[in-house]
Amino acid sequence: MKYLVKKLITLIMTLFLVSVAAFLAFQIIPGDVVTSILGTEATPEREEQLREELGLNDPPVIRYFHWIKGVLQGDFGVSYRYSKNMNEMMPVAELIGDKLPVTLWLASISLVFIVVISLPLGVLWAGLASGGENNGKYGGNVGGAVCHGLDAALGVMTQTTMAIPSFFLGILVTYVFGILLGAFAPGGYVSYRDNFAGFLGYLVFPAMSISLPKIAMTARFLRNSMLTELSSDYVRTAYSKGASKRRVMYGHVLRNAMMPVATFLGMIVAEIVAGSIVVEQVFGLPGIGRLLVSSISTRDFPVVEILILYITFVVIFVYFLVDILYRVIDPRISEA
Amino acid sequence: MKTSFRNKKKLLSFLFAALLIMAVLGGCADGTGESSGDNSSKEPGGSVVVGIQQDIDSLDPHKATAAGTKEILFNIFEGLVKPDENGNLMNAVASDYTISQDGLVYTFTLRDNVKFHNGNAVTAEDVKYSLERVSGLLDGTPLISTLKTIQSVEILDEKTVQVTVGSANTELIYSFVAAIIPAGSGEDESANPVGTGPFSFVSYTPLEGIVLAKNPDYWQTGLPYLDQVHFKIVNSADTALMELQGGAIHIYAYLTDSQAQALKGSHQVLASASNVVQALFLNNAVAPLDDVRVRQAILYAIDKEEINDFVGGGSGTLISSAMLPTLKDNYVDLNDTYGTKANVEKAKELLKDAGYENGFNLEIAIPSNYEFHMQTGEVVVEQLKAVGINATIKAMEWSSWLDEVYNGRQYTATISGITCDMTPGYLLNRFQTTSKKNFINFANVQYDELYVKAQETLDLAQKAEYYKQLQKILCDEAGSAFLQVPANMTAIDKNLTGYKFYPVYVQDMSTVYFNGK
Repeated sequence: MKYLVKKLITLIMTLFLVSVAAFLAFQIIPGDVVTSILGTEATPEREEQLREELGLNDPPVIRYFHWIKGVLQGDFGVSYRYSKNMNEMMPVAELIGDKLPVTLWLASISLVFIVVISLPLGVLWAGLASGGENNGKYGGNVGGAVCHGLDAALGVMTQTTMAIPSFFLGILVTYVFGILLGAFAPGGYVSYRDNFAGFLGYLVFPAMSISLPKIAMTARFLRNSMLTELSSDYVRTAYSKGASKRRVMYGHVLRNAMMPVATFLGMIVAEIVAGSIVVEQVFGLPGIGRLLVSSISTRDFPVVEILILYITFVVIFVYFLVDILYRVIDPRISEA
Repeated sequence: MKTSFRNKKKLLSFLFAALLIMAVLGGCADGTGESSGDNSSKEPGGSVVVGIQQDIDSLDPHKATAAGTKEILFNIFEGLVKPDENGNLMNAVASDYTISQDGLVYTFTLRDNVKFHNGNAVTAEDVKYSLERVSGLLDGTPLISTLKTIQSVEILDEKTVQVTVGSANTELIYSFVAAIIPAGSGEDESANPVGTGPFSFVSYTPLEGIVLAKNPDYWQTGLPYLDQVHFKIVNSADTALMELQGGAIHIYAYLTDSQAQALKGSHQVLASASNVVQALFLNNAVAPLDDVRVRQAILYAIDKEEINDFVGGGSGTLISSAMLPTLKDNYVDLNDTYGTKANVEKAKELLKDAGYENGFNLEIAIPSNYEFHMQTGEVVVEQLKAVGINATIKAMEWSSWLDEVYNGRQYTATISGITCDMTPGYLLNRFQTTSKKNFINFANVQYDELYVKAQETLDLAQKAEYYKQLQKILCDEAGSAFLQVPANMTAIDKNLTGYKFYPVYVQDMSTVYFNGK
């Protein structure tokens, strides 16, 4: 309980500080929102009218408190940039609510890919690596040299995958699967509102671009973590007690090795749920990341503020979940 | 197990081959159909996706200012008059108009049977409302600056509207392209965009695009052909290229030269003159550019032909002042003044006269989102180096550029484009000393006087003569280094015909159709 309260206070403090920082940043960077919206051809009267509408004539501090008051009451304000119809601006909540499913589904699919592929791969790899080192001990009938070779090959493969920047991987995936193989139409994004199956189908490819490097990282991480555990004393004890290789690997080693991997996965989840900015750009996905980029360049302050708060919240919340998960995986960590 | 897998593989490869053959045969059939007669098969129907670069800035036709928005809204809204592809005006909601001798009274006769997308016929009330809204007579906030001059809008009878303006101006008629919308619709709570254009508004989703549907009641019978048009926002030029190749978009304008080359095999790539004047703008108020000799030296140092070849593949039109060559009556060719090739000797001489024998440092601010201007900048830097000017590029984000360079005038030199509407005076207007848009701080008394004269005269030939003199002053005084009017390259799906180019920012979808299938 005490733990929860402490976490909650940290969350609120962080959100507050981040919102102030974002607001200040917007005061400092050049670029006038009114010119950004109206362009260079608007009449001075229209500019003045808009300035008044957006409340830009108030001093910054008043504007900040005005804004935060609205947020606390659940009113996220309206976008400066996007109109809902001819005379109403789009409410920020509606705008983000519309884009959020894209990013969330993308993140979910990516996460499924990562977990389903990287965990078995990591375990297998750890088996190969240990097989290479201790030939015959638990390498089964596979020769030590073969194990060693596969271990090295996987090492090179993951290293390479990790090194490819995600935007380039995105372009590569688009080119190979989209243009050469014709598996999907590049830019042929269909909205989840129109055709949900088509929407998910299109997301597979961006999810691939996001997950490939993460799969490599996670598998590598799990391998190393398991190898460290394998050299622990309790493993020798377990074997000497007559436990099978399977039992040692899955019952003892994997469980302990998962601890750091869980943190690592947490970081990855936070990263992709918070907005896969680059990949959304490459695949033309109208998600949170793309909204953030375009809102910053048009100085759409209300949208940027809420997006930054959202991202902050997600990161903190996911870490909090990882913390809880720790306690489930390892009951030794009790409440302080 | 193994054999069944092999069978499957065989089946798959057979299917694949069958598909391939069908595709080839289909292609042949298409080809013969096209060559046998392409005029006879203007079949209506179909849906087209047009790639656009920026998001919509407003769905309100009177409040939208971005060129990228106006070119789309052209399909939904119409004014009393509208531009055609030759740079002239054609009657739209009005079937006819007269202008009084003194140029102060405009009388518009409304066309019969023009209907809004909501099914209501356009009335004189709607026209009055629309014009009062844009001119500020309605609520004191004018939305289109040139129409501020409207003093009153009177309904003479149900088909005739009389507009009285404060001062005579032969170019004002171009401003009556302002959209006619239903009376009261701008204030309506759930106001969806309703106009009289060939397409009606269906939906808009931020970051995704805008969908339009055919207006079956359009007054130009037979138009439009397409059932649906989707203007889809593409993120970057790179993704646009892939989306074109993948078939997700059918039409995409403003291609770079390299993209145009890449698409030549698979698409129709058409070039047309744009309405953009690209220039190395020089801040006339900042040392050392406040010295006319230094500015002239820069003009001599620049090799426009090289720039055009390098960034536009030679497709641009070289210019030396602020006027589009397509506005033929008003344009004067001044390319001989400084030449289109570099004259290093002359440039060095002028620099020496001005006391800059050893050159100087020059920072060129360029909005980095414009690849075209950035590439131009790289060539310009090299050319200036040859005469001893040490130029550097400062890449700026667009909003910052607008704020600091365009509005704040805190810069020395910048490369950018200024766009022109159909009024010839539009580009020259901004170089009056006190103009709000005179971001190069050009100051010339003779220019100001001539510009006023040009506005006052109602004689078009005389007006054109004044405009030519204005261009010459701007060129002789080396107001800025005007470079070129870049070509607008557009990629169009091979199955589409009828795309028309306009001398203004317009993407007219009403005349586009699929070749008979």
